[in-house]
Amino acid sequence: MMQTLLDVENLWVKFPTRQGVFDAVRGVSFTLGKERLGIVGESGSGKSMTGRAILRLIRPPGIVEADHVKLDGVDLLRKSEKDMRAVRGQRISMVMQDPKFSLNPVMTIGAQIIEAYRLHNSASKTDAHTKAVEMLEAVSIRNPERVMRAYPHEMSGGMGQRIMIAMMLIPNPEILIADEPTSALDVSVQRQVLDIMDKLVKERGMGLIFISHDLNLVADFCDRVLIMYAGRIVEVCDADKLHEAKHPYTQGLLNSLPRLDAPRDRLEVLKRDPEWSKAQSVSGRV
Amino acid sequence: MSMLQIEKLNVWFGRDRDRVDAVIDATFDVAEGQSFGLVGESGSGKSTILRAIVGLAPTWSGHIAVAGAPIGKRRPKSFYKQVQMVFQDPYASLHPRHSVDAVLGETLQLHGFTDIDARVVKLLDDVGLGQKFRFRYPHQLSGGQRQRVAIARALAPEPELLLLDEPTSALDVSVQAEILNLLADLRQEHNLTYLMVSHDLSVVGHMCDRLAVMKDGKVVETMDVAALRAMKAEHPYSQHLLQASV
Amino acid sequence: MAEQTLRAWLLTDTPSSRRHAKLSALYQGWLSFRSNTMAMVGLGILIALMLIAAAAPLLSPHDPFVQDLGNRLAPLGTEGHILGTDSLGRDILSRLIYGARITLYIVALVALIAPVVGLLVGTVSGYVGGWVDIVLMRITDIFLAFPRLVLALAFVAALGAGIENAVIAISLTAWPPYARIARAETLTIRSSDYISAIQLQGAGGFRIITKHIWPLCISSLIVRVTLDMAGIILAAAGLGFLGLGAQPPSPEWGAMISEGRRFILDHWWVATMPGLAIFTVSLAFNLLGDGLRDVLDPKAGE
Repeated sequence: MMQTLLDVENLWVKFPTRQGVFDAVRGVSFTLGKERLGIVGESGSGKSMTGRAILRLIRPPGIVEADHVKLDGVDLLRKSEKDMRAVRGQRISMVMQDPKFSLNPVMTIGAQIIEAYRLHNSASKTDAHTKAVEMLEAVSIRNPERVMRAYPHEMSGGMGQRIMIAMMLIPNPEILIADEPTSALDVSVQRQVLDIMDKLVKERGMGLIFISHDLNLVADFCDRVLIMYAGRIVEVCDADKLHEAKHPYTQGLLNSLPRLDAPRDRLEVLKRDPEWSKAQSVSGRV
Repeated sequence: MSMLQIEKLNVWFGRDRDRVDAVIDATFDVAEGQSFGLVGESGSGKSTILRAIVGLAPTWSGHIAVAGAPIGKRRPKSFYKQVQMVFQDPYASLHPRHSVDAVLGETLQLHGFTDIDARVVKLLDDVGLGQKFRFRYPHQLSGGQRQRVAIARALAPEPELLLLDEPTSALDVSVQAEILNLLADLRQEHNLTYLMVSHDLSVVGHMCDRLAVMKDGKVVETMDVAALRAMKAEHPYSQHLLQASV
Repeated sequence: MAEQTLRAWLLTDTPSSRRHAKLSALYQGWLSFRSNTMAMVGLGILIALMLIAAAAPLLSPHDPFVQDLGNRLAPLGTEGHILGTDSLGRDILSRLIYGARITLYIVALVALIAPVVGLLVGTVSGYVGGWVDIVLMRITDIFLAFPRLVLALAFVAALGAGIENAVIAISLTAWPPYARIARAETLTIRSSDYISAIQLQGAGGFRIITKHIWPLCISSLIVRVTLDMAGIILAAAGLGFLGLGAQPPSPEWGAMISEGRRFILDHWWVATMPGLAIFTVSLAFNLLGDGLRDVLDPKAGE
């Protein structure tokens, strides 16, 4: 039995609108151990909202409700905002899609990493500097000293994303939530970034929640996959068995992809069944 | 006959010290009725070639000919009846305050059509959007529906050559399938020639007959899709790209 | 029931005609505007002001120009003169009511001239670029370099005192910020895909500016104008106060304060009442502007 790091039970994210309450996430339950858990779905399926809701990063008027979101047995929803700040970054980190919006454009990269480190650890400036250089090396940045002095706009997308990962991993969190960390990157760079993330997660024994729209990527990279549709989990399966998925939605998504090795005249078009969004959410608990 | 001929095309931005060469000596040929793919990573200059063809990148040199007629620095109105473009991001390519009807109507009017109402109806049918979408504004449409409107706009002047700049990269995979099918159907119905830019080799493999691989502004290899499917790329960069996308 | 269906008809996602689509968009805007209480208060005050101005002869208890030296500087609550009388014995309430007409006149004229000039200069400058941009923007800078009231004073001094000249002077000093805003917006709009797309249909610069850029700039300009309205009213009042705007015996609020200034210690209401009127209307415009920004400028709302 794997040790459970995060336990989410019956999570809802609601947005009141003029037409009534819109439920972005509807009764999602899952657990996360020291594993790579993928959450896949199309835009609007609630996958990003799930990741943000765990960290309570849903901005008002959005509301997060759940029976519990337990990190090591402590319910995050009962914590004060101040305690929550200690959890974010320190124990659960998040990597966003586009590094350009996550890094401060007027601070050097080094200064930002050092600041992130000293926010969570009481360390001298020189210690923090050494640690920052170490981290940049860990994410395979060749010339860390030079990168430390550079500004975010001087970095390519792949470099920026690696720097973000380095920053997020510095406090040694127990859980890393990666929201489409590679979709803004080119294919060849994608692989590199994933490999680095994989290596670090394994070495440190972290839990990883990997949110993506790319089924093949998730099938390749994760251990277990939750497939979300209209705010609910419609299917849970082992990543290597994703291609044998049973739910018509998952099958439809897989079949709608063009493939180099199996050319077709027409791509299969997903036929949405209204029943899918009515069905109860499948539990992703182990 | 070749629909589009590009020889020694150079495109650059800025001048003197700040000059950036986006496309260097690109040469390729698209036959009439063919679907030609341009593949490469971001910054490889593939979209810039499209923009240079339609005149959105003003500083270029070399030879561009559409249906045998060379293009000068200024494009006559008749050029835009022949060549049209679909942009990458359907969220950015429709005017936020113009309804579908206004977008298509204005386009038709600019090209001198008089039976505008009938044509708007027909265009919407052609791209698989019913009449109920006619008076909607972009914010009332999904990404796929917006891209269909953008395609309808490009089809309005009845062009022969359609330039597609990553037409599905901003869309979900299930919607991508719908749009790619639509583009394939339209190509048959209207006898169109496609020049399609994409970073996704499997999309190009599905849609195109031939393709060119670009890196750092240069065309490194031109090949048939059969060669692509058989993983028979010659240039090391194309091989690398192929491996990364399988 | 009929109301329900009208509402559904207006809130539809599938409008059936051009008119339907327009009305529906307007209604949605009205709904989000209505949910802003303060903006509704502002709008209410301004509508009231307009009604008062329109019905001035019916509402005012006295002729605003009739002097009654025997009853000068009567305090608040005097029989027949609720707000008292001024130094020439004229009824202050009547003068305020008639002054609303002048205020609205100034506001309407400035709102017609300044933003239109600004929009024209800004969008042309931003879209055409090159030396046109340089020339137009340097001219704008020259206007911006002077303090507003000082420039207005200079214009009025050159043109001669009077309410029309005050309006022209205020408009001349008010347009440069609008030109700046319009230009900045145009620069971002110009490089967007939908402008590229219409260029590919062979559209000319005139059509692109008027049909594609203006509709997007106008909303932020409307917001700015409403927010600036308070300043414009104050500038007009300031000119009136200095004797360069409306001329006596015209009941312009600024001029009324100017007259009342002499008695401010012993007869405070003479200057205070028009002051309160200016304050209320300025506040109303500010509230309205804030509300309009939420409706028209979705970027700022998020």
